[in-house]
Amino acid sequence: MSAPGRIDVSIEHKRSAPEAPPGKHPNTCPGCGSHYRDEELAEHLRVCPQCGHHFVVGAWERIAQLADPDSFLESHADLRSADPLDFFDLRPYAERLAQAESETGLGDAIVTGGARIDGHPCQLAVMDFAFMGGSMGSVVGEKLARACEDAAAEGGALVSVSASGGARMQEGILALMQMPKTVCAVDELHEAGGVLLSVLTHPTTGGVLASFASLGDVILAEPGTLMSFAGPRVVAQTTREKLPDDFGLAESNLRFGHVDAIVKRSELRTTLSRLLRLFGAES
Amino acid sequence: MSQDAELGLRDRLARLSGVKLLRGTRLSTEIERLERQLERLREDKSDEEIWRSVELARHQDRPYTLDYVERILEDWFELHGDRGRLDDGAIVAGLGSLDGRTIAIVGHQSGRDAKERTHRTWGMAYPEGYRKAMRVMELASRHDFPIVTLVDTQGAYPGVAAEQHGQGGAIARSQLAMLRLEVPTVAVVIGQGGSGGAVALAVADRVLMQEHAIYSVITPEGCALILWRDAAQAKRAAAAFKPDAPHCLELGVIDGIVPEPEGGAHTDPDKAASLLREAITAHLDELVLSAPEELLRTRRAKFRGMGVLAAV
Repeated sequence: MSAPGRIDVSIEHKRSAPEAPPGKHPNTCPGCGSHYRDEELAEHLRVCPQCGHHFVVGAWERIAQLADPDSFLESHADLRSADPLDFFDLRPYAERLAQAESETGLGDAIVTGGARIDGHPCQLAVMDFAFMGGSMGSVVGEKLARACEDAAAEGGALVSVSASGGARMQEGILALMQMPKTVCAVDELHEAGGVLLSVLTHPTTGGVLASFASLGDVILAEPGTLMSFAGPRVVAQTTREKLPDDFGLAESNLRFGHVDAIVKRSELRTTLSRLLRLFGAES
Repeated sequence: MSQDAELGLRDRLARLSGVKLLRGTRLSTEIERLERQLERLREDKSDEEIWRSVELARHQDRPYTLDYVERILEDWFELHGDRGRLDDGAIVAGLGSLDGRTIAIVGHQSGRDAKERTHRTWGMAYPEGYRKAMRVMELASRHDFPIVTLVDTQGAYPGVAAEQHGQGGAIARSQLAMLRLEVPTVAVVIGQGGSGGAVALAVADRVLMQEHAIYSVITPEGCALILWRDAAQAKRAAAAFKPDAPHCLELGVIDGIVPEPEGGAHTDPDKAASLLREAITAHLDELVLSAPEELLRTRRAKFRGMGVLAAV
């Protein structure tokens, strides 16, 4: 044991993380190099049939995978980000937003609404990494908070599916404030007797992991999900520590006690259905 | 315009804007009038001045939590450890007496020399630090002691062990714990209010910033590295995300600004401490008049309402 007040990191010095595979096309599997047509991947829920690698799934496709057909009713779809800081890096934030919206067809990095999963009514809040890296600004925070309130009003359940690089820098300090905002909303849901089932998908990092996503009554993660507060590059650069191969991955988080179960995408719908039944969502 | 007048103006604008943003109604004329006045001020707050605050917030001689504790409190008794794993030196916590009333103070702490800095991991806390903070805040709440947090960190420690011990969950739960406290809480950003590591200790009834403190979603260097791919663009990044106290007040994120001695807190720590003490006492005096349910309701409504949405 190290001296009092010092933190023992000796056991964590292992091999360095492997180089990212040179998968160039988005449908080329970074796990085994197999290449797929888009509809082939969609048929397999965007999981590589060869090696089981879980590709990133967009919000609408995820909703189609989880919700009963025609059961999803989108809410709060008209919310849009403002640009309170007049933020400008290499390009204006307003321009980045417009581009993200036209490329993804989404209003922001989250889609919320009421749904049924295997007959069980619930609210769904699904993030989309394709919209500015799934970053959380005022709109993501607000829609998540409203989804909590909608679930609370029904005394029911919220299923959140997160995929996020963290807080949205272009909204500055207001992006940071979405953390306590969503934490507050989850707490109100809990006070109302509701349940949050939090599903973490690759990647769920930064401000999203450090707020609502970690407060699920049950926390599930897909295999291979990076779920660390600080990203591996930041950790490597700041501390010069050698990162273990499984740094921040769902599998290591399961070992350390931060997630209840790792659930394959093919079993996610039935797992959520079982949990909704156990928590008493009538079907 | 005098500084007090400016602060008063920003304060009113922040409140009015907050009302507009939350309720979807418009108090347009009043806001426009204030905004016109502020426009001039905003032009005055140059990129250089924002950067000066960044430098002062990180000044090596800037007072840390314990420098204020010894000047503000009598009978300080430090509490150690998270009751689970260890005592994280990056966060200090304890009880003391302020004007004869017992309060709890929890704050980030860095060191003055290499050895102490290493021991305190430059004020960047591990999950154990946040668990210590929660434990002490909960004990204070149980005994009806008001709580003051002093925020001063670049961010939570980004390390392998910190992740393994649950950094994200600890930060989330610390915010949750603060939302549930049944006693008056005042948070003051006294240096760098960096990211989740800062907000974990800043979910308070009143959130204040010292005049030259900064409060931001990421460090200027971190932002520059991601958006410009060049850490040397930190000054431009800071100008873009505006971490200075007047801008945070304007955005409704903080409730007030605590003045510092001319030239920054490090030039006269005694004066800085007495100004800080004055602000804390004034806010606590107001807050103790409210019933616990009222404090909780107002605190939660404030954080639930954070953010700016586009008018639809």
